[in-house]
Amino acid sequence: MSVGKSVKRVDAYEKVTGRARYTDDFLDYNPLIAKVLHSTIANGKVLSMDISEAVKIPGVVKIVTCFDVPDIRFPTAGHPWSTDPKHQDVADRKLLNTRVRLYGDDIAAVIAEDEVAAAQALRKIKVEYEEYEPILDVFRAMEPDAPLLHEEFPNNILAHSGYEEGDFEEAIKEEGLLKFEGWYETPIVQHCHIEPVISYAYMEKGRITVVASTQIPHIVRRITAQALGLPWGKVRIIKPYIGGGFGNKQDALYEPLNAYLTTQVGGRCVKLEISREETFVSTRVRHSIKFHITSYVRKDGRFVARYLKSYANQGAYTSHGHAIAAKGGAAFKQLYSAEGAVKADLYSVFTNTPAAGAMRAYGIPQITFAMESHSDDIARALNMDPIEFRRINMMKKGFYDPFSQNENYYDSLNAVIAKGKEYFKWDEKVKAYANQTGPVRKGVGMSIFWYNTAVWPTSLEASTCRMVLNQDGSIQMQMPETEIGQGADTVFSQMAAHTLGIPFENVHIVSTQDTDITPFGTGAYASRQTYIGGMVIKKTAEILKEKILSYARSINRIASADLDIEDGNIINKYSGKVLMSVGELATEALYSMQAAEHITAESTYQCKTNALSMGCCFAEVEVDIPLGKVSVLDIINVHDCGMLINPKLAEAQVHGGVSMSLGFGLSEQLIFDPKTGRPLNNNFLDYKLLTALDHPDIQTDFVEFYEPTSAYGTKALGEPPTVPPAPAIRNAVLNATGVAINEAPLNPHKCFAKFKEAGLI
Amino acid sequence: MEKVLIRFTLNGKKVTSAIDPRWSLADLLRGGEHKHTGTKKSCEVGECGACTVIINDETYNSCIYLAIWADGKSIRTIEGLTGENGELSDIQQAFVDEGAIQCGFCTPGFIMSSLPILESGREYTRDEIRKLLSGNLCRCTGYKNIIDAVEKTMKARLEKKQQL
Amino acid sequence: MFDIKDIYEAKSVKDAVSHLEAHPNAKIIAGGSDVLIKIREGKLAGCELVSIFKLDELRGVELTMQGDIKIKPLTSFSHITNDPVIKRYVGVLGEAVDQVGGPQIRNIGTIGGNICNGVTSADSASTLFAFDAEVEITGSEGTRLIPIKDFYKGPGQVDLKPAEILTAIYVRKASYEGYFGSYIKYSMRKAMDIATLGCSVNVKLTEDKKAFEDIRIAFGVAGPVPMRSPSAESAGRGKKINAELIESIGKAALEDVNPRTSWRASREFRLQLVEELTKRALKKSIELAGGAY
Repeated sequence: MSVGKSVKRVDAYEKVTGRARYTDDFLDYNPLIAKVLHSTIANGKVLSMDISEAVKIPGVVKIVTCFDVPDIRFPTAGHPWSTDPKHQDVADRKLLNTRVRLYGDDIAAVIAEDEVAAAQALRKIKVEYEEYEPILDVFRAMEPDAPLLHEEFPNNILAHSGYEEGDFEEAIKEEGLLKFEGWYETPIVQHCHIEPVISYAYMEKGRITVVASTQIPHIVRRITAQALGLPWGKVRIIKPYIGGGFGNKQDALYEPLNAYLTTQVGGRCVKLEISREETFVSTRVRHSIKFHITSYVRKDGRFVARYLKSYANQGAYTSHGHAIAAKGGAAFKQLYSAEGAVKADLYSVFTNTPAAGAMRAYGIPQITFAMESHSDDIARALNMDPIEFRRINMMKKGFYDPFSQNENYYDSLNAVIAKGKEYFKWDEKVKAYANQTGPVRKGVGMSIFWYNTAVWPTSLEASTCRMVLNQDGSIQMQMPETEIGQGADTVFSQMAAHTLGIPFENVHIVSTQDTDITPFGTGAYASRQTYIGGMVIKKTAEILKEKILSYARSINRIASADLDIEDGNIINKYSGKVLMSVGELATEALYSMQAAEHITAESTYQCKTNALSMGCCFAEVEVDIPLGKVSVLDIINVHDCGMLINPKLAEAQVHGGVSMSLGFGLSEQLIFDPKTGRPLNNNFLDYKLLTALDHPDIQTDFVEFYEPTSAYGTKALGEPPTVPPAPAIRNAVLNATGVAINEAPLNPHKCFAKFKEAGLI
Repeated sequence: MEKVLIRFTLNGKKVTSAIDPRWSLADLLRGGEHKHTGTKKSCEVGECGACTVIINDETYNSCIYLAIWADGKSIRTIEGLTGENGELSDIQQAFVDEGAIQCGFCTPGFIMSSLPILESGREYTRDEIRKLLSGNLCRCTGYKNIIDAVEKTMKARLEKKQQL
Repeated sequence: MFDIKDIYEAKSVKDAVSHLEAHPNAKIIAGGSDVLIKIREGKLAGCELVSIFKLDELRGVELTMQGDIKIKPLTSFSHITNDPVIKRYVGVLGEAVDQVGGPQIRNIGTIGGNICNGVTSADSASTLFAFDAEVEITGSEGTRLIPIKDFYKGPGQVDLKPAEILTAIYVRKASYEGYFGSYIKYSMRKAMDIATLGCSVNVKLTEDKKAFEDIRIAFGVAGPVPMRSPSAESAGRGKKINAELIESIGKAALEDVNPRTSWRASREFRLQLVEELTKRALKKSIELAGGAY
């Protein structure tokens, strides 16, 4: 039984020895090197480009500009394709663009024999622009006189959606209600996977192969073909080990351009490595969102009416677009209930900043920062314990959402809070930290969260698995769902071993996805790997097992129902007697002179469910008021992600998620020159990714409630850990100082200004 | 540019390499004839530590170290830690056991940065370990399991030393 | 691969100087943690370089016969921190450079490179200012010695004429003997960062440890180049130590500094740090000197 055990990662040996090969590690020969020319204005048009000096640089092979590429607009979001045109992603960019929409837009590419020649040529290209006002702010973008980034979207509004459940105006008429309202804002941050964005492409037999660091090989294949106007079968994507993705690589980034470039040099191999500086600006970022929340609350703390307005900064291109804001809207109405009405108006607005796409937890960190800050503001005003306030209003056991048909089967939130509260000695600390004076103060804060697993019913949820039985009774397993560092290959192997009844070591998972070989599935996102992957693994393993047992019956002349597989052996279920090993059976089957059979199984599972994953964070901080500094002394996330397939890996997911949220809450923010839209800190020195020295030891805990809709009782854990820490820290600073800072990150600049405003400095 | 010959020791073996003087040490190790691709390139400006190697017992970012400077030096990379028969060294095994690996891209750099800690024969506090690992960025792990792996290996080595 | 037109590895200081004379456009590369990054950014792309990295004659720390400390410019930050002479006499300098970047940067970065960059945020600079360090510059016509405050000409500009090389930094015995110092680097994270503000203080207390015999206060990032604060120093010099005095020294420091607003920090925030860090570094220095406040 390997499910539930902390087995070691299947890729651990390769990774600690440096033998694991990532995209750049495969090139045993010298490919041509491509580099992209990025615009040096944020908003405008390329009028002309002079490449005459650039082509003279020795070593330059080819230069293509925005005037050369096919006139095809394509979408980039890593969503499953929709056959319904109304639900297809917005196609709003070309391989290279004459209409420049951000400082760093792609306007030309150089292919050269080496990187020095390519870089020299980039510097020699002369560009003539027509410049428009750089629009960096969503509210400016929506003004009638703001230039439009995309002609089809009036007022630069990509989408406006909303809901009203109950009658808001009626609900707020109740006597004695207290009204609370506030603005909250989250920053533009970047994924900062340590492996940069990289791919190489070449042609073989008239087809294009792109080897790429991506989370979504099958989707990238579709988008690459769409962008080049090719039949989809003409493109092959190979995904080796990848050095992190976090949602950035859940988009077609530079793979389409790379594919195009190889076609421009007769199919020769072209490598396109995107530098860290480019990655920050010209790939994807997390949506910065401004929220306005209005709440009407009874004196006892019960919500009667709630109204959310959110304005998501979409940046220059649609990418994942409004899906992020919409998911935030769902969290708003589901995490807390209101007795009268809940209402939302959600906008996604184009600006001349980096395109915002998917990033770990897809809009939920943003809304949770706003919602959970707001919760503490109300609790404080009502002089209530913040946990009590939440308990009155938060999602209860039995909650049912008619749209997704999600059900909350357990009292998860109370269970996780109880664990966190006990670890933190919450009540004692709240008492100890009341009434502090002096320059350095401590505080505690917490936050809860809601997250739904996978994308049903908004999008397709299906996956395919292939299992091939070897002569020795081991299997190869191929999954389209990708290992991106989270440990998917390991837990998939555990699941397969579990259901087949063979030892974990006998599952050989094929880590690389190759769209020519790997069965279809959409890849790593939406924390869907254990949930959807689990379903298709179980189904396929059951088919394979049945085939093995059926073959066993035929050679042992025993009713199949009496047989089972345990620890790699075919056994009589009742007597426990070992009849033969799976290996003996497989060898017999393959080489049988009577009934030769290669036993394999392949199946697709379409999932039409979704599961609620919940949890909380507790944080303790020390605030050095005169220096505007917040240090996190202790932090714990407690999750209900269903059953743990591999507790050690689950813990590691939480560590990483909390770490990302520490940065989101305290230090990370991509900033731009307000006049030109030029990025100011697009490198690891100036973008403050936290170091080992800035981290406390992150604590984790779980409650394990078996998720009834899931094959192995699991639900989302990849993304959720990065949701609650930032608001918990914000609330701890409020607890320590009495100062409510509503704009993340709570970096020294903001803390200093706010403490000063509050008279603490 | 015309290639120049340099001689250096790579993971204990004396080697001669013809190099382009414009190469960084990372270029030399990853490309050149060595193909030591365990040394990773990420930021290429000395800010992330993914390309960390040991040069004469000290850690360096090989992305901002000129390959010509390697002449006469003793250089160690992640490839040198694994035994001839593929045996893992104690620190590699600790990274496996403590779950200190996720995407694995920063892993070789972290392991190389931990070597001066482990080889000093000194006992460092957890905060000192944090400081000595602060030149390596990791986006996956929150550092905890990495620090655990280094601390446990350090303690095990010190204990072993005491028993001798 | 770096866009370098030519690189010459100097065999000696003399050789480096004569090569620089013959190639007036060539740039000196020491550890490279600054030059190579500028080449990659394109700012120095296509440049000619003279590498002095392998000149071991420019490495190390010595105590001269007169008791002065001679720091040779290619000494890396980590070697300065671990040097017994530095630890014994000017420990604060070792602590200051131990806050540069991260371990790998401290192994490659040199103190000479740190000050020759002419940047106000250099972690070694404010402490060298606080010790009235002198720098030795060697050119074809021999060497000259100038106070560090005169070495800094402006942001990014130092007093190095063409074909001149920094060959030593001196901290005189009279400057360090009896002084106790502390450096506080304020940055947005605890490693791999540049200073938002740096404050280096050293004090000499009277025999009874009750008053300041002397105080020196220096800042990085409080102006275009590293600087001392004469007003703060004279506000404390010769005075009896008490809490009010420390407050007033902190306030006095504001009279001399002139930080600017940039996206890295506002002037107002940096002024806050000047005052606060001055007080904190003073308190720490007083403690080290055996006094109390």
